Amino acid sequence: MTRYSALGLVRGVFNGQSHWQPAWRDPEPKANYDIVIIGGGGHGLATAYYLASVHGIRNVVVLEKGWIGGGNTGRNTTLVRSNYRLPQLHNFFEFGLKMWEHLSDELNYNVMFSPRGALMLGHSDADMTMLAQRGDAMRVSGIDSELLSRDQVAKLEPLLDMSRSARFPIEGGLIQRRGGTARHDAVAWGYARGADRLGVDIIQKCEVTGFVREGDAVVGVETSRGRIGAGRVAICVAGNSGHVAAMAGLKLPVESQTLQALVSEGVKPMINGVIMSQSLHCYISQSDKGGIVMGGDPDNWPSYAQRGQPMVTAGAIAQAIALVPALSRLRMLRTWGGVTDMSFDGSPIIGTTPVPGLYLNGGWCYGGFKATPASGWTYAHTLATGAPHVLNAPFDLARFRRGDTIDESGAGPMPNHR
Amino acid sequence: MMLISCPHCGPRAQAEFTYERTADSVIQPDAAPAEAIEHLIARANPRGLDDEVWRHTFGCRAWLVMTRHRVTHAIEAIRAVGPEALP
Repeated sequence: MTRYSALGLVRGVFNGQSHWQPAWRDPEPKANYDIVIIGGGGHGLATAYYLASVHGIRNVVVLEKGWIGGGNTGRNTTLVRSNYRLPQLHNFFEFGLKMWEHLSDELNYNVMFSPRGALMLGHSDADMTMLAQRGDAMRVSGIDSELLSRDQVAKLEPLLDMSRSARFPIEGGLIQRRGGTARHDAVAWGYARGADRLGVDIIQKCEVTGFVREGDAVVGVETSRGRIGAGRVAICVAGNSGHVAAMAGLKLPVESQTLQALVSEGVKPMINGVIMSQSLHCYISQSDKGGIVMGGDPDNWPSYAQRGQPMVTAGAIAQAIALVPALSRLRMLRTWGGVTDMSFDGSPIIGTTPVPGLYLNGGWCYGGFKATPASGWTYAHTLATGAPHVLNAPFDLARFRRGDTIDESGAGPMPNHR
Repeated sequence: MMLISCPHCGPRAQAEFTYERTADSVIQPDAAPAEAIEHLIARANPRGLDDEVWRHTFGCRAWLVMTRHRVTHAIEAIRAVGPEALP
């Protein structure tokens, strides 16, 4: 596998760019692996990459029922940030954000990480108090965050409706300047190429249909391409966590719901960073192609359909237009929906399960993309050593039974009530 | 949007309804703590049919239990319930 470089491009000038090879192999599955990872999204591929590169475990396979990066990795709004209030969360996501800053070099693959700033707007005194509290919590942990005045916000994003008569008057904001966006496909492809180069098999169009049990323990998987034996089996299937866990007889603190996003036609630069809000639930950013990417609330009822309902996107659009009135002049290009596994405290689950040999990485709600490197790193550590990394130890499955939930929004145990 | 037949009002747009929780996660007041915790934090969450508690919030406000397919969104059955009739 050749390294990508500027020299490679120059070389292609003389051979019509005909020297490029596929970025990963398309192998037949072997009968046995040390570790079987179910799910070829960003998290599964990152896990495989760190298993091979950090822990030297290379007899690893990633099984994907569709194509890699075709699930939520390809269905998010590509935001990267670590601006959480609770230390368990901001420490985890900050570890990830630091990885994002060097990910293109690490993978020799341009993930187009663009730290253009993640701005959270406040619309009232109460909002500003919440933002100050969040910002203080982050700074105590050494994470950058800066409370902004009205004027500073107006200067950053000139198209925001800063008038006092606005539907959601803007009082200020909290910015994490190191936050931003990344190229979602490149993350999956970069990790796939990196893992493949270290000997990991990536098997696409291979759906897991059941677990092979020996006593209590899981010792392999049944798939649409036959039985595959495994030392350890790692579930990493986002919205399908409940479906796959049920094959092992597990019921998770998770409900699968649709989360939608949309993108407008491409326009000249008009949104400089990422715009979010303390009171509203909408995300606005501009892709490198110029499309305005927007997201909002999940459809608040269970669904595995990967398609959502227009009344929910209409709500997100209404909020976005209230913040940035100029958006009302744009035409919508596409909408899409992904299946998110909404956990009952809004935080992920990474760790062991009651079933020996079976591990779980899920419950990412609508915040999984930014976590990709940290999720892979900590899950790989957990799989390699059999014990959690210090960063994912708080996110174990048993915390719900202990009453030790990590509830960032303080919304209680029902995913549709947050 | 789904067309939901309220047992009291007839077919109405989904926008009039709110989803509450799955029927198997309703906790009885006299449930033992261990059992209550199971109902609270464990979901079958099937990629198929499940019973769900919905409410005709912006209509007659009555509760109902809907058997609905999670992939096709096809509604198999709807029945009216009160708190006393929940499983």
